[in-house]
Amino acid sequence: MPQTKTPLAASAAAMQALDAQAVAIVKWHFSPETGTPFWLEWAKRNAWNPAKEVSSFADLSRFPHFQDEWLRDEPNERWVPKAFAGKPFHVFETGGTTGMPKQRLSWEDHKTDYTEFSRTLDERYFPRGAYWLMLGPTGPRRLRLAIEHLAGVRGGSCYHVDLDPRWVVKCLGKRDVETANRYKEHVIDQAVTLLKNRKVQCLFTTPKLLEALGERLSVPDAGIRGVFCGGTSMTPQMIRFLTEEVLENRAQFVPTYGNTLMGLACSRPLKPEDNWSVTYYAPQPRAALRVVDPKDTVRTVGYGECGRVELTTLTKEFFMPRFLERDEAIRREPCDLYPWDGVGDVRPFGMLEKKVVEGVY
Amino acid sequence: MSVPLPHIPVLRFGQPYESLDVSELADYRTGRPLAKLSIANPGLVRRDLRKVGSAAAALRALSCAKLIEICAKAGELFLKEALPLGVGGQTQSPDDYVERLSATSGLPHNLCRANMLKIHQVFVEMPTVLKGLTRGLDLRALDNGLGEQSGVPVSYFAATDALGVVLPSNSPGVNSLWIPAIALKVPVILKPGGTEPWTPYRVIQALIAAGCPKEAFGFYPTDHEGASTILERCARGMIFGDDTTTERYRNNPAVSVHGAGRSKIVIGEDQIEHWREHLDVLAESILANGGRSCVNASAVVVPKYGREIAQALAERLGPIDARAATDPQAQLSGFANPKMTEWLDETLEEGLREPGAEDVTARFRSGPRKVTFDGGHYMRPTVVFCASFEHPLANREFLFPYASVVEVPQAKVLATIGPSLVVTAITKDEAFVRQLLAAPHIDRLNIGPIPTPKVRWDQPHEGNLFEFLYTRRAFQRVGA
Repeated sequence: MPQTKTPLAASAAAMQALDAQAVAIVKWHFSPETGTPFWLEWAKRNAWNPAKEVSSFADLSRFPHFQDEWLRDEPNERWVPKAFAGKPFHVFETGGTTGMPKQRLSWEDHKTDYTEFSRTLDERYFPRGAYWLMLGPTGPRRLRLAIEHLAGVRGGSCYHVDLDPRWVVKCLGKRDVETANRYKEHVIDQAVTLLKNRKVQCLFTTPKLLEALGERLSVPDAGIRGVFCGGTSMTPQMIRFLTEEVLENRAQFVPTYGNTLMGLACSRPLKPEDNWSVTYYAPQPRAALRVVDPKDTVRTVGYGECGRVELTTLTKEFFMPRFLERDEAIRREPCDLYPWDGVGDVRPFGMLEKKVVEGVY
Repeated sequence: MSVPLPHIPVLRFGQPYESLDVSELADYRTGRPLAKLSIANPGLVRRDLRKVGSAAAALRALSCAKLIEICAKAGELFLKEALPLGVGGQTQSPDDYVERLSATSGLPHNLCRANMLKIHQVFVEMPTVLKGLTRGLDLRALDNGLGEQSGVPVSYFAATDALGVVLPSNSPGVNSLWIPAIALKVPVILKPGGTEPWTPYRVIQALIAAGCPKEAFGFYPTDHEGASTILERCARGMIFGDDTTTERYRNNPAVSVHGAGRSKIVIGEDQIEHWREHLDVLAESILANGGRSCVNASAVVVPKYGREIAQALAERLGPIDARAATDPQAQLSGFANPKMTEWLDETLEEGLREPGAEDVTARFRSGPRKVTFDGGHYMRPTVVFCASFEHPLANREFLFPYASVVEVPQAKVLATIGPSLVVTAITKDEAFVRQLLAAPHIDRLNIGPIPTPKVRWDQPHEGNLFEFLYTRRAFQRVGA
């Protein structure tokens, strides 16, 4: 248990676990017996053998940045490790992108991520056996199954209200704010109806939908005791506003950072000195986040410095080295609960330099 | 020990709220930080706007007579006293207000003071302002909901619990337009311009210090979404800005749009031989307040002598150059964003490439139109002679002293000039005056040599605020 070690020892142990995971997963995906067609062919075109030459997480810097086009252009079968051949898979798609979406295959990863996440939830606010409401993008996204799994792991069941972010993106692209708002109202109407007629205590939703829901009713008075929120970045002010005003300091707010490619990065519980600035920790060793210098992406920036977020996913189902997220963040120190690097104040990459449209849901 | 930067908070029905989203106000010349400004997230604005009913109740508990008294006191406080600025008990003296307002807005000190006086006037002239707006209604009719006017029973009710106002950064004087709402018992929800929170914040503090219930004031520096929220959720709104900003509200009767003014001076055929006598009025109309207001003349329409008038104006305005903000003779305003001056200059040059226009001021200006002085960016006055009103520069308005001079036969003037916020018509021709009086596209009409920016407090400006905020209902009562 991390709490029984000194912080330094805990960090060293976490690093060892990450190194071991990197070695094992690279071996798995690059070995003819278990490997993934995409990576096996990649290895043939490149003059080194990752299965033999990767001996630590740091060695992954020999890989180029993972290109998201690969997840659009390559047929799904090319991502099936031989060890899973013949086993039906889930196809999960990423957020609000229009056009051909990025797709990630999954067998058990989404369940693992959410089973692990479930362990971090406080039973006072996310009671066992409670009903959940999943108010957000369902459809082809892994959240649909993941939240239901989370409710199930905790002995409960889940209601769903869908929001199609691709439709919202289209409306906003045409500057049709009115239609986008009417759609949001339609989604909120359904949530309000459910909350009025069913006993729901736990909620997954996105910041904007939570805010909109709070304009229609008192979320804690509707019976909600815990809210797990994700899907888009949240400023410290937004987190404070949702906690203090929308949830009236009466329901617990659990912000997370994640996506279909990573899984779920949990947040360190906020302390007064954090001033509402949330720090997220990747689900190591299954995925790792680095904050890198945008001009020299091999270099990790110093603690407290801002850089671009780089994600590496390391599971038997999916190997994705050095994917540059469309986010920037501050590199934060390990903590007792998560003795590895965290990312803080996540926001769209380049936000300070140009106007970025995000957070459609 | 250095003094901490003032932090101007959001005001939630008068209650200061320090947001974690903060923007920094900086000196337009040096970039030196001058204050922090809390930015309200749109959700917070929406949440607060659900509670405007109680703000209205707090204000309506006071009579109009009491509120007029409060306004008079607030005017003096606004002009002369130190008032709270930001969190932590800091205050701001009138001189500090002028200095910081100038440093972020680019207006020289003398123009800041002139705007300050204008606002003071609205405060102290409130009885006259309200008399003009209500056509002399006994204001107890608003306290009681019932009254009598010209021997006829009248009943009025407020059409809204709050007036939402999206303010610009270009001139503090525009705050004079919403202040009467308070005396009319309607709370205000203000979104200040990004670089000009100073004036609305100071006006609010003056009113609170004078005894106005603090619940009557929402002050929300916010983004576009927040601004739209204010206009959409208040049953009555007011927006200032250029055509792009205001376009979507143009046909919304609940929003009073204060866009480009395209104010004009028209000289009638009967007075055109005397045009030289009116040069002072022409020049003042173009130049006053650094040419930044919608009431500044941006076109001079004459039946003949267009080139001569353009030249005479250019001789007066062309040599005017940028001066230090503290110089009492300064007449030009600086721009916080140098890209703005680049855009203005390029737009003018593009227009001048179209045949039929001449920048007459170029002959009297030593150096370029776009200048840098003391680290600030300025546009020098520009008078363009246009051969026709169809020319792209003939009916343009810019945020600096700019005007076209165009020859249009008097018989065609009204069909040509288009919507105009102010028209000063220099004529004694009664037939022409009657035509001008009947013109629906002229908002404010001055007959005779009156500078376009000059206001009479008993005349409504840019729509009648009382009629916008109040609705008259038919009323009958048995036994009355």
